[in-house]
Amino acid sequence: MTKKTEKNRITQLFEKLKAEKKKGFIAFITAGDPDIGTTKKIIRELEHSGADMIELGIPFSDPMADGPTIQASYERAVKGGVHLTDVLKLVEEVRKESQIPLVLFGYYNPIFNYGLKKFAKAAAQAGADGVLIVDLPPEESDEIKSELDKNGVDLIFLLTPTSDEGRMSLVASKASGFIYFVSVTGVTGARAAVSSDIHKYVKRVRKHTDLPLGVGFGISTPAQAKEVCRSADAAVVGSAIVSIISKNKGPNLIKELGSFVSGIKRGI
Amino acid sequence: MTKPKTPDKLGHFGIYGGRYISETLMPAVMELEEAYLKWKKDPDFKKELAYYLSEYVGRPTPLYHAERLTKKAGGANIFLKREDLCHTGAHKINNTIGQILLAKRMGKKRVIAETGAGQHGVATATVAAMFGLECEVYMGEDDIKRQMPNVFRMKLLGAKVVPVTSGSKTLKDAMNEALRDWVTNVYNTFYIIGTVAGPHPYPMMVRDFQSVIGQEARKQAIKITGKLPSLLIACVGGGSNAMGLFHPFLEDKKVKMTGVEAGGYGLKTGKHAASISGGRVGVLHGNKTYLLQDEFGQIIDTHSISAGLDYPGVGPEHAWLNDTGRVDYTTITDKEALEGFQALTLSEGIIPALESSHAVAYALKAASKMKKGENIIVCLSGRGDKDLNTVSKAFNFEL
Repeated sequence: MTKKTEKNRITQLFEKLKAEKKKGFIAFITAGDPDIGTTKKIIRELEHSGADMIELGIPFSDPMADGPTIQASYERAVKGGVHLTDVLKLVEEVRKESQIPLVLFGYYNPIFNYGLKKFAKAAAQAGADGVLIVDLPPEESDEIKSELDKNGVDLIFLLTPTSDEGRMSLVASKASGFIYFVSVTGVTGARAAVSSDIHKYVKRVRKHTDLPLGVGFGISTPAQAKEVCRSADAAVVGSAIVSIISKNKGPNLIKELGSFVSGIKRGI
Repeated sequence: MTKPKTPDKLGHFGIYGGRYISETLMPAVMELEEAYLKWKKDPDFKKELAYYLSEYVGRPTPLYHAERLTKKAGGANIFLKREDLCHTGAHKINNTIGQILLAKRMGKKRVIAETGAGQHGVATATVAAMFGLECEVYMGEDDIKRQMPNVFRMKLLGAKVVPVTSGSKTLKDAMNEALRDWVTNVYNTFYIIGTVAGPHPYPMMVRDFQSVIGQEARKQAIKITGKLPSLLIACVGGGSNAMGLFHPFLEDKKVKMTGVEAGGYGLKTGKHAASISGGRVGVLHGNKTYLLQDEFGQIIDTHSISAGLDYPGVGPEHAWLNDTGRVDYTTITDKEALEGFQALTLSEGIIPALESSHAVAYALKAASKMKKGENIIVCLSGRGDKDLNTVSKAFNFEL
């Protein structure tokens, strides 16, 4: 629970969506792929075309929860010399012109290496609203969570198809902002179809929490986004966007992203 | 005296270890832990494990007094714990036998593994063949090139060898890829980790399965020399053979222990794989430990002539034993390891693995500074057949 009295942008967003009986669209991109300047332009376009929240990937050398598309994206960003410090600066820049909720998404080592206390402060000062650390289960999260709490930044936790009632209740007891439900057992990346079990899972998670639920992994088309949003509060699309960025080096990139994102948004 | 219980319930050795993995895998490691704690006490499990270790692996392995090597060093007696004589040629099978017996009891139909030098891959493919389980082994593309004989052995044994082309194309990337496989096939797949690293319970479980090395060596030393050894030496990549030798001696305060990390071209060059001697604390592959990383927390490429030591991390219990001062950690360069390789080959007629050659090289240094009549045990973790290509190149010798 955040110590700050005012609600942060994540909570405000979900309250607004609920009031308007709408669902959210969360877009993932890697910070610094192809470069920081372009990432800033991409964020502007994502927001313009209808994204409700941005997950900003912190490049890491060993992204073991990611599929080939995001792996390659992280590799390009690391090669380009983009690290956590640059991502924090980018957030600060974006905040000057936008109030879109921003979640830093990544692996624990770069954050641990930066220093947990220092990171929590810097993330809040830059204007990040949440942090999601893929390889940090609730059991190991107390230290960073207390630092993030002090700074009013949400620590977003994951639940998955393998989570039993015990895991759901543990995660629910620590989560704030929203809970990210991983739709598949597997790594990130596009899939042919969304599992029909997703609605059953969402129902089970809701028994443990009133927090909003975002569903991600494997969602790459408007139809898939629409399907998960039948029960979830938001859909996360990552690899499909990263894939467009990786294939399009030219001036058409922003336009192409815009049309893809508005397509997803219309689906939802 | 009550000793601190290690690891704690969540797998911590001091600040090290733990479980840093994606939520999808949490139930899988918890299920594994529960199964391990249950079966390790089961009389039938213990009996079956003992049977295969003796009749299939060929245990106990000898503790051999290397007299000519001792003479060459000119000091303490050097004894070799001959893990190179295990079936498949290295200590790795002590652990894979244990884990496959668990996999079988847990009803898993498929096993996966990562491998660097190929020894753990071969040991996994071997037990998978013996029990008729499907087996896939992840191996870095660069390692596939330098350890061809082991790749061929795995294929002969019916395993699928999957080349890993991401990152540095070595052991750490193979482990990333194995974790990606596990998260995808978590319901039917058992991940056989080959070293004392990864999320809890792996560091504890692999240590326990490898402890047979030290348990035997302790008895053998007392029988042969009438006393405990003064010093234990083993090479440390992830550190499974070292942990196996050291662990049963940890309470024997007078027994000193040294883990030998891969110094590569030398610590100062930055091209090495010595995580404790040259790294900082971080989190990778499910545990907190010493890692080789840059200022931003990106894992850096390592270098060692030995593929089995070419890894940017180390088992969390080693990190802890370093901090408590119970075990000393040092380094041996590629060049020194080759000298150790040659010394053992020529003086004893034993061709060691390049990994184990690091321990031999350090033993020669250490023995020369110790008194005659003192005894050193070196873990000769594997044999060198797999390294003949690398060694012939290093010595400019045409095969």
